[in-house]
Amino acid sequence: MSTFILLTITGFGLGAMYFLIASGLSLIYGLMGVLNFAHGLFLTVGAYGTWWIETHLTSIGNITVRYLVSALIGLCIGAAFATLVELFLIRPLYRRHIEQVLVTVGLALAGTALVQAIWGQDSRPFVTPPWMNKTTTILGAHVPNDRWLEIGAAVLVLVLMETFLRRTRYGLIVRAGVENRAMVTALGIDVRRAFTLVFAIGGVAAALAGALSNVYFGSVVPDRGTSLLIFAFIVVVIGGLGSITGSALAALLVGVTQQYANYYGATSLHLGSSIGDITVIMLLGLILLARPQGLSGKLA
Amino acid sequence: MIRRVVGTALPIALLVGLIFVPRISADIPKLFNGPINSPGTLQLLATCLVFGGLALTYDLLFGYTGLLSFGHALYFAVGVYLPAIAMTKWHWGFWPSLAITAAFGLALPLVFGAVSLRVTGIAFAMVTLAFAQVGAVLAIKNPQGWTGGEEGFGTDYTKLPAALVGVLNTKHLYWLALGYAAVVFVIVRWAVESSPGRIWQAIRENELRVEVLGLRPHAFKLMAFVLASFLATAGGAVYLLSSLTGPTPSVTSPNVTLTLLIMVVLGGAGTRWGAVLGGVLYKYFENRLGAIGDSSTVHDLPSVLRTPLSEPLFLLGVLFIVLVFFLPGGIARLSLRGRRGGGLSRFEQAISARSAPAGGIEEAT
Repeated sequence: MSTFILLTITGFGLGAMYFLIASGLSLIYGLMGVLNFAHGLFLTVGAYGTWWIETHLTSIGNITVRYLVSALIGLCIGAAFATLVELFLIRPLYRRHIEQVLVTVGLALAGTALVQAIWGQDSRPFVTPPWMNKTTTILGAHVPNDRWLEIGAAVLVLVLMETFLRRTRYGLIVRAGVENRAMVTALGIDVRRAFTLVFAIGGVAAALAGALSNVYFGSVVPDRGTSLLIFAFIVVVIGGLGSITGSALAALLVGVTQQYANYYGATSLHLGSSIGDITVIMLLGLILLARPQGLSGKLA
Repeated sequence: MIRRVVGTALPIALLVGLIFVPRISADIPKLFNGPINSPGTLQLLATCLVFGGLALTYDLLFGYTGLLSFGHALYFAVGVYLPAIAMTKWHWGFWPSLAITAAFGLALPLVFGAVSLRVTGIAFAMVTLAFAQVGAVLAIKNPQGWTGGEEGFGTDYTKLPAALVGVLNTKHLYWLALGYAAVVFVIVRWAVESSPGRIWQAIRENELRVEVLGLRPHAFKLMAFVLASFLATAGGAVYLLSSLTGPTPSVTSPNVTLTLLIMVVLGGAGTRWGAVLGGVLYKYFENRLGAIGDSSTVHDLPSVLRTPLSEPLFLLGVLFIVLVFFLPGGIARLSLRGRRGGGLSRFEQAISARSAPAGGIEEAT
């Protein structure tokens, strides 16, 4: 039972990171029709930004404060990077969706290669605040503390995003743009500003996932963004394109399924540790057969 | 009439010319490291030709049928891994190994294609990427000790025909690669001009209209998917034979599909020559840029310049972005510009029509 609880909470922690990536992807696709293949790079930028600042901020003695400050700067770097990408690479290609995908593909390849060229291909250790490595005992399960951080961050982002979309004027424009972009433009609203905004939000969420992944995995590595992006894609498709709550549900489902399959597949069925990844992909196949429009019911 | 004759005669003349390349002993200092018939140069040319053919198989999906797949690497990787596993780990003979690879190379895309084609457009791209991840996971995790994990494994060369083994026989590998590229070219040419091929192109232009005409796009898209994937599996097998090393997990990486995409866009999507040329040029530059990165001229540069230059993928990624901006339509577009008076190709028209406010992708959101 305690193993089950540990797996569930760890699955939630993993799902939280998937959600942070998938929500941005889903929002960008929903509004702009762009598949942002460079979204994994946003994560990598956030992760390396946080790591680099943290290793250079030795003047702050308290590691928790140092981590929080670095993560905050990392988020700003992620937002700035995403905004620049939108302004200089995506904006000139509006209405040319295939070219937009191609540009983000080129950017993802070049950016990851550049990070690799500067800091090497191998993983670098990341200094985590000591309390995050300790465990809290819940119903007999020893849960590492950083899991709460990931879950808390994801819930916060979900609430903020929903509030932004439902309660603010810009959120209204974004939602209206998802429904019918031509009509919003016809009403005299400059949708392009909403595009930049959505990219910045996606960049912040992905960079946050990057800062959290440093703690979750205890290291930084150039291709983490790409490997997490694949699961974020699965989450987006399962959740239904363009739906934030759909992404949240699908992220939990995928994270938890992966953890259960990894553990029970390896211990009871001796299938090795890769079974979690394959189970999730099989889950995607099953959902496509049963409900190709995804859980939230939006047509993909 | 004249165009038709030229269209048939030119490829044949080029093929005959390429067949005699291993007989040329001339040395072109800047382009290649050794004489043209040296094993190293022939090896490089063989890799270029294999990827020329592979790029064309991807063009069949992306350029001709309009399917943006991110999972083509999986079928290529099946062709690289499966014959090597059959020969080395199961101790099968050469031909039975190829036979099982062919059978699997048909069955796998049939299943994965049927499922992933239930969604269209961007979702299809995401789903194919996820399915291709199965291959990457299996290659790294080494089930039953078959795939050799991160290191890969060496192929059992005693199982191969003697003509394909040894440095002296590199010219045979070159011919094998040339044969692969030529066969893919002929098959793709025949396929896109057959009646299903015309429907693929109609699907690319306007899928809804094909459906309204009473045809089932799903079946035709699946046909294109299976054909392209099967040819990619064949390309994987040729790559395995011509690369002289065993399989490594790098062939399963999503980057393989992305580079195929770059090759096709570089050459010109929806054109046969463009795709092949794109594949050949990309592999050539990747190889040469790697050499430049190691050269002493680059080593003397300040580190701000040296670091990015040492990563071929960085340069190619940037080149690709520049290309999308300034040369949409690729190299093939350059030669077509005069003939068509600079007008949009049908594919570009299709893309711009699709992205117009009332177009397909918009409607789907």
